[in-house]
Amino acid sequence: MKRLAVEHLEVRHGQLQAVRDVSFHVDPGETLALIGANGAGKTTLLRALAGAHLPYAGKVLLGDRDITQVPSYQRVAEGIALVPEGRRLFTDMSVEENLLLGRHARRAGDWSIERVLDTFPNLKPRLKARAGTLSGGEQQATAIGRALMGNPDVLLLDEVSLGLSPAIVDRVYASLAGLINSGTTIVLVEQDLDRALSVADHVVCMLEGRVVLESKAADIGRDRVTAAYFGLGTPQPAEALP
Amino acid sequence: MIDALIQGVLLGGYYALIAAGLSFMFSVMKVINLAHGSLAVFAAFMLFTLGDRFGLSPFLGLLIVLPLMAVVGWLLQKLMLERANRAGTLVPILATFGLSIVIDNLLFQQFGANTRSLAPYIGSLSYDSWQITDEISVGKVAVLTFVTAVVVLGLLQLFLSFTPLGRAVRATAEDGDTAGLVGIDARKINAVATAIAIVTVGLAGAALGLRATFDAYAGGAQLLFAFEAAVIGGAGSVWGTLFGGIALALGQSLGAQIAPQGFLIGGHVVFFVVLFARLFLPGSTFRARLAAALRRPAA
Repeated sequence: MKRLAVEHLEVRHGQLQAVRDVSFHVDPGETLALIGANGAGKTTLLRALAGAHLPYAGKVLLGDRDITQVPSYQRVAEGIALVPEGRRLFTDMSVEENLLLGRHARRAGDWSIERVLDTFPNLKPRLKARAGTLSGGEQQATAIGRALMGNPDVLLLDEVSLGLSPAIVDRVYASLAGLINSGTTIVLVEQDLDRALSVADHVVCMLEGRVVLESKAADIGRDRVTAAYFGLGTPQPAEALP
Repeated sequence: MIDALIQGVLLGGYYALIAAGLSFMFSVMKVINLAHGSLAVFAAFMLFTLGDRFGLSPFLGLLIVLPLMAVVGWLLQKLMLERANRAGTLVPILATFGLSIVIDNLLFQQFGANTRSLAPYIGSLSYDSWQITDEISVGKVAVLTFVTAVVVLGLLQLFLSFTPLGRAVRATAEDGDTAGLVGIDARKINAVATAIAIVTVGLAGAALGLRATFDAYAGGAQLLFAFEAAVIGGAGSVWGTLFGGIALALGQSLGAQIAPQGFLIGGHVVFFVVLFARLFLPGSTFRARLAAALRRPAA
């Protein structure tokens, strides 16, 4: 069974079609990387998956259930959590309060503040600190931890490495490795192609709102991704791929 | 002079009580509820009716009126503010202004121009007082109002700081879109917050009726006092509201000492001095926060 699927999804910002006729699916436990240049529609697509931006046309399916019109807060209860671009922490509240807010939907599961602190040990001394005073790496860890506190089945990660130093990015991805292996289904947006290919099972490359390349990460060469990324050459249309 | 200070502080308790709901709604939903004073008068008239028709003491009447006010708050958010919010920042303010006119005139139609008070229904409590020195005595109703204000503000603070619902209210206030992404139904939270705010308005209405008189058009003045106290206190800070109420009342008391007509003017002077200090003194975050609040209508 597919864990999460989109069919012919179209998302608009007013007149602008940010996502056009996008279809793909993610199997349970799989990690899918969305790549593409700035403005390709990746963030809009993730926000549509999370319900923060309702689509103009098309469908979003969670398992067999059509959740296209379900608002974001209910999707959290159904097991979809988004780590938004730019972290979007509640800056006036402490790290602990941010994490506790992640539990608002009250889904059953074994994520707790203790487990988040085990996963991100750098948060331990900062638990009572205001989120606005954290470093970028600590903020990112808090944002991921807040999403995990809801015990999601599907975790959507939007540019978790943005604005972080390479050493911190290594640490965030090391923490994610455990998650990826634990059977959580993950959709991640990542600018760093090598990193995306190293953690993902599947890669979807977007250009100007459309999917221009979809492939297993193992089968794909950097050249093909680069060509698709910049819209060079004539990559195979997505429909023709198996 | 000391007597004026003490009476001023106690009166400040009333202003803080009526400002509590206004500043709570502003800080949580960025809504300036101009029907605030009219709703307080509405609650006072409900208590008056319960006393007049059924001989119910206002304190027992609150058991009926406060839940009613919670329902009023819920409906206010669901039927009016939620829709008005979608139309921009100014529309909720205009909508509540319209609501205040509707409430005032419905009250006038129903109860006429007579000045009312809840004092007849509480026996001698309305004029009982505690003698502190030979010179100074404090009214029991005034003390009761002050204590109620402190308790209400304290409970609001505890609610916001330590309960999951309170955290959800703060999260929704800061960023409604992201609150949705962590599973919070921002619309429901806003309705709950409005219901809580309007319950405090019910208490303020009771305090108004017990300590003084009111008529159908008394809401405007109550709104003005609440607004001044909230702004002096820093709009949105719980203990600041208590401080703001006391500062306003002390200004009024001081004004009255200087000239018989100085009561209201003294309060306005304090309000304007604090307002301009907040706007123009270096290091003040008030202007930035105000701009941020106006730029970001609640979700």
